This record gives sequence, structure tokens and C-alpha cells, in this order.
Amino acid sequence: MSTHCIVRHVVKILATLLVGGFLGATMVRLSPGFGVDEQELDTRLSADSIRALRHAREPEEHILPFYVQYLSGLFKGNLGVSHSLGRPVAELLAERIPVTLRSVGTGVLGGWLLALVLALPSATYRLRAYDLFSTLVSGIFLCLPSAVLALLLLFTGGAPGCAIALVLFPKLFRYTRNLLLETYRAPHVLTAQAKGLSRTRILAWHVLPYVAPQLLALGGVSVSMAFGAAIPVEAICDSPGIGQLAWLAALGRDLPVLVNLTLLVTLVTLVAGTASELAGTMSTMQPR
Amino acid sequence: MRLERKLALGLLALVFSATIMAGVLSPPSYSQQFRDLPNAPPSRAFPLGTDELGRSRLSRLLEGTRVSLLLAPAAAVLSTLLAGLIGGVAGYLGGWWERLAMGATDLVLSLPWLFLLLTVRAMLPLNVSPLGSVLITFALLGLLGWAAAARVVCAGARSLRNSDFILRARAGGGRAGRVLLVHVLPNLKPVLYAQFWISIPVFILAEANLGILGLGVAEPLPSWGSLLRDLEHCDLRMLTAAPWLLVPLALLAVVVTSFQILLPTEDFPS
Repeated sequence: MSTHCIVRHVVKILATLLVGGFLGATMVRLSPGFGVDEQELDTRLSADSIRALRHAREPEEHILPFYVQYLSGLFKGNLGVSHSLGRPVAELLAERIPVTLRSVGTGVLGGWLLALVLALPSATYRLRAYDLFSTLVSGIFLCLPSAVLALLLLFTGGAPGCAIALVLFPKLFRYTRNLLLETYRAPHVLTAQAKGLSRTRILAWHVLPYVAPQLLALGGVSVSMAFGAAIPVEAICDSPGIGQLAWLAALGRDLPVLVNLTLLVTLVTLVAGTASELAGTMSTMQPR
Repeated sequence: MRLERKLALGLLALVFSATIMAGVLSPPSYSQQFRDLPNAPPSRAFPLGTDELGRSRLSRLLEGTRVSLLLAPAAAVLSTLLAGLIGGVAGYLGGWWERLAMGATDLVLSLPWLFLLLTVRAMLPLNVSPLGSVLITFALLGLLGWAAAARVVCAGARSLRNSDFILRARAGGGRAGRVLLVHVLPNLKPVLYAQFWISIPVFILAEANLGILGLGVAEPLPSWGSLLRDLEHCDLRMLTAAPWLLVPLALLAVVVTSFQILLPTEDFPS
């Protein structure tokens, strides 16, 4: 892996982050509901109070100065103050990131575990009944919204991470199973089978190394999917993480929080994607 | 056609027919409130009971199903057209156009789909009419759901770019726009068709998620999302005592599964 390649990836991530953050803030600023505060509907507030509320939001009216000011603050560690929650964004993120990392970590691990447990025997043994069972189970979870899965988990006392795992596993299962089945039809695997090698040996030596780059790439995508699933899951399960913060910020039209979350989520997704891409490239470079 | 596809098509046709005949199957309007009968159990007049405002659950379910079944394909058409335009142009022209379009695609894909939807949906005005909220929700799904499909279309257009018949069309003096419209896009029809079918269940589920989070279709107009939101006030004991509350979820599962089965997998093995 050359330094040039790593530098190129880092530059790409930074450029995407900058543009993504700016576009996110622009999109929020230009949307028709921007500047409309639910507090303004409170009939107890006088005209002066409503004017004061609007005045407090004036710095956000001009998006470019807002974004430049935000970026200069970012380098000094100042992420701004949340309008809806009335607290520094850095403080909110510091409190909530560990909660989401736990849920997302559990979800990604659980999702992969379930997917592999169902997909490996399905592709290796090709028992029709087992294949039907695993496809049916994954199909059931695939057609349920993530918020409903979170609700069902809430009824049964499950953790948010379990709901994220249930959201991820059907997608991971389908892709992994199809990939494994395709690989089992590859000429080198057929030759290994014809030579009488054991199933375990074929799987470990001829199938898994062959599918590793694609599975690693899917690993990166699964992190992004888990962050997406964390929003409804944390909102429904009342878990104080980043997903719930995103939901609260969206409901409260909280621009500082939304810009920070956009940057954070984009960063995590890009880093996960790049890391899995690099790992996949390195694994294909290994001699077999 | 295989048996399960026939079955899926039959189920969808049945559900769609039921929504068309909503007035016959459940005469009360979806917004009519029977204040003396809040949270009533199933009866002859209300086969699925009533909600806390005394509205017929069956009428609301049929109306919500009609909304989703009509507008999710419409949103899928919009996103497929956008994907065809962006991906097709980028893949055919190549060079900077492709890099620019794929950069934009990467940017959209780097944000979780629901996060993007949630942010944009929440920024819309507070005083949107119910019909406006339906149109806005599904238009947003269509406008924001093009990225993944555009990448697939771009790859398809790229593979066509140097094919013999395209080279011949260009050598014959065909302009880029004409070659794209007459030769490239018609050959991408199977890809676009597959992307259209893939988008429908995704959009139905996205609307349901938004609805449960309170950012979907506005009351009193029902949608699957707003109907499933009622489950938030339940617990396991309540659901065991009143299993009819799960009917919207079961119907959603049946419809989404049917769409999944109908995906044209023969042409595009995953």
C-alpha cells in the first residue's frame, strides 16, 4: 500500500466532508421551514419575544459566513450551541457517542454473526429445507421497518443493539449467501471438490479468501447501514445516543447540531468504507 | 413465471383491489369519528375495531394502503428517471462528467438514507396540509433515492460507451444527446426497470419509518407509517389481547415481501 494511495484517500475524505457539511447546511438553510420555530406558535409570547427569538437565529441566515465561522470554531474545538437543547454540541456529542458506538458495535457484530450463521451452512451444505428456512427468516426481517423492529424489541425488553442487528442481518445474509453460492460454482472450487477435499478445507482455503475483499467492502457498508438504523431504533427505544440526537435536532430544526452530525456521520461512513476498501485491496494482494 | 411470483402478483392485485373497493368493504370515511366508540373491538360495522378517536381502523388501513401503493411507485419512477439521467449521462460522457456525478453520488451515499430524509423532511414548513405532506414525503423519497441506482446505471452506460453500435452511431455523426437518448438509454432499460422495482419496497419501508417517527404523512390522512405509530402506545399484553392492532404490520409485510419476490432477479443476479 503506497503512501500516495493513503494520502489520496485522506484528501478525498476531507474534501467530501467539507463539501458534504456545506451542502447539508445549505440544504437545511434553503428548506422552506428554516427559521420557523414552534415556540413562535405559543400564544403567550409577545411580539417582542418572537422578535427576540428570530434575532437569535439571524447569524444562521447567511449560510457561507455561518459555515466559515463554524469551521473556524471547529478547529478550536468549538462546535457551537444547540438551539433546541440549549447545550454545547461538543458536550452533547461526548455524552452520546459512546452510547451509539455500543449499539452500533453490537448491531454490526450481531448482524454479521446471524448472517454468517445462516449463510455458511446454507451455501456449504445446500440443504433445501435449511435454505428455505434461512431465506424465510431473513425475508421476514427484511420486510419490517427498522422502527417496528425497535418497537418489537422494546416490548420484549431487548437492547437497541439487538434491533440494529436484526435490521442488518437480512441484507448481509442475502448478499453473503449469494456471494458464497456463486463462489462455490467457481472452477477452482469445483476442482477442489472433485479432488475430494473436505468441506471445511474448501471453505477455509478456497472460498473464504476468494470472497474476503467483497465481504470486507460489505463490512464498511454495514457500518453506514447501522448508523442509519440507529436513528429510528434510538428514537423509539429512548436510548440517548447520536441517532436520538439526530431525531431531536431534526424535529427542533437545530442547524448547529445537524451540521455537526452530518460531518460526523459522513466521516464515520467514509472512514469505514475506505478502511474496508483498503483491507480488501490488501487481501487481494496476498499470494494464495 | 414461477409459482411464488404468480402468488406475489395475485396478492398485490388482491390488496390493490381491496383499496379500490374501500367504500364497499368499509363504508365509514377514514376521518369520520364515532365519538361514542373509541378503541372499540372488531364488530360487524368495524371489522378491525376503532382507534382512540373512534375512527374505523379498516377504513384507515385501506386508505393508507392506497396512498402507499400509489405513491411509492410514483416516487420510484422519479428516482429511476433521475438515476437514468445522472448515471446515463455520466457513464456515456465519461471523464470529468463521470467523476463529478460519481462524486455527488458518493456524497449522497456517504450519509445514511434515513438521516438525510429525516433532516430534509423536518425542515419543511409546519403548516403543511395532509395532502401536501403526502406529496412532499414521497417526492422527497424520489428526489433523494437516486444515488445508488445512478451508480448502477453509470456502470451500465460506461460498458455501452465503447460498444460497436455506439461507436458506429458516433462515427455516423450522431450528436451526444441523440446517441444517449436513442441508443444508450433504451439499452439501459433492463437496469432501469430493475432499479424501479428495487426502489418500491425501499420507499414503502422508508415512509413507514418516517411515519413512526412522526415525520411522515400528516393526520387525518392515514399511511402505513402513521398506522404503525399506534403500536407505540401498546405493550406485549395489549397486543396479545388485541391482535387486530397488528393487521397493518402484517399487510405491510405481505406487500413488501410480494414486491421483493417480484424483483427481476433473473436478469440481475445479485
